[in-house]
Amino acid sequence: MVNNKRKYVIPGDVITTGPYRPEQNVILVDNKIIATTVGVSEIYDDSVKVIPLTGMYIPKNNDLVIGKITSHSSLSWEVDINSCYPGMLPASDIFGRNFQPSTDELNSKLKKGDLIAARIANFDRSRDPLITIADRELGKIDSGTLIQISPSKVPRLIGKQGSMIQLIEMATNATITIGQNGRVVVSCDNPDALLKALKAIRMIDERAHMANLTDRVKEMLESKSG
Amino acid sequence: MGGKESDVVLLDEKGIRCDGRTVNQTRKVTIKAGVLKNADGSAYIEFGDNKIIAGVFGPRDVHPKHLANTDTGIIRCRYHMSPFSVTERKHPAPSRREIEIGKVLKEALKPALILDKFPRTVVDVFLEVLQADGGSRCAALAAASVALADAGIPMRDMVSACAAGKVADTIILDVNNEEDQAGQADMPVGYMPNLEKVTLFQLDGVLTPDEYKKCLETAIIGCKQVYEIQKKAIKDKFFGDGENQ
Repeated sequence: MVNNKRKYVIPGDVITTGPYRPEQNVILVDNKIIATTVGVSEIYDDSVKVIPLTGMYIPKNNDLVIGKITSHSSLSWEVDINSCYPGMLPASDIFGRNFQPSTDELNSKLKKGDLIAARIANFDRSRDPLITIADRELGKIDSGTLIQISPSKVPRLIGKQGSMIQLIEMATNATITIGQNGRVVVSCDNPDALLKALKAIRMIDERAHMANLTDRVKEMLESKSG
Repeated sequence: MGGKESDVVLLDEKGIRCDGRTVNQTRKVTIKAGVLKNADGSAYIEFGDNKIIAGVFGPRDVHPKHLANTDTGIIRCRYHMSPFSVTERKHPAPSRREIEIGKVLKEALKPALILDKFPRTVVDVFLEVLQADGGSRCAALAAASVALADAGIPMRDMVSACAAGKVADTIILDVNNEEDQAGQADMPVGYMPNLEKVTLFQLDGVLTPDEYKKCLETAIIGCKQVYEIQKKAIKDKFFGDGENQ
């Protein structure tokens, strides 16, 4: 039974039986592969997974996320990354090796409410995720429009090899930063194009479960420009 | 509850119950998923005259902190009846009964949830009874399960629920308020339909071993009917205008 047939599932649905490897969002209960979340199931040659349509963001190492500073201690910032765990951004990440808690003022670099693009540096189940902004494309976000979509729909917004997001960027000339946690920052000089890009993103959020979404988005982007 | 004398005819000679149903018929059940904007997941259920809203938050930080478990996530459940949910104003403070039902529902949902992926967090389930008729715990459990699925919390299976009971020496499905008050037994059952496991089981009344078996079987048939409605509620919300399938 080798078919990659996609099927809508809800928790408890038996997707298939047989010697498959359970991957994301499925469990194996005596030879039956059961979905654990609402989503679309996909059967591969030897494995089964469910692409979720709802749910919270769970941090994963190396994910790009967009966070909001909520507070700081003398050694680190606490960042809301739209997850069940707060992100920890160590002060040495910004001040460098010779960081002195007694003299360096954390507030001078990042204040409460600031948005940052960050990467999950380390996360395991025993501790809160450690995040970093020490990379070229990371750091404080100064401009752009923030919109929030469901984290489970981020892969759809990006598309296969970034096809969807490239489509929107090309059509509107906008720069879009997507955090895996569902936060998206769009910056664009042309206000009309910005609105169109936002509309496209919202459309993907609402209709992520539908097939040939790329064509629909393309249609929408082109219809107004014509 | 040994079957109090009352002037209501619970079951007439044709096998029709006081609200016009047959012995194997549930009340009308409708469920809608995703009714609250601020909750992570929600559902509204009408189970006969029961009207219940379920809201789910989480997984999220545990407060107070000492409740957190470093190995796994925890679930909390609050069942509350609105002051206007019954004929005589109900004091809004949680009563003994509500605390107990909250605990019982928490334990009925727990086996279905996979919380060990989220250590140090809590899933909060809030159940608000807007209008109560008999069997509100079953209705609340069914709604809670839809709300949890709506919130995207990993579950082994949905939990559906329905009661069965005994009136006029006959086993009936889905006990309503009159039958609960005047009947001989009431058995609320929570059931995972795909795993075929019972997660909630209570019994108020006296049954013979044979009646007991039949009553449980009847309740499970009811659970399966409720499950179809739960399934539809979730599919309507998520796959409402989808084309494939």
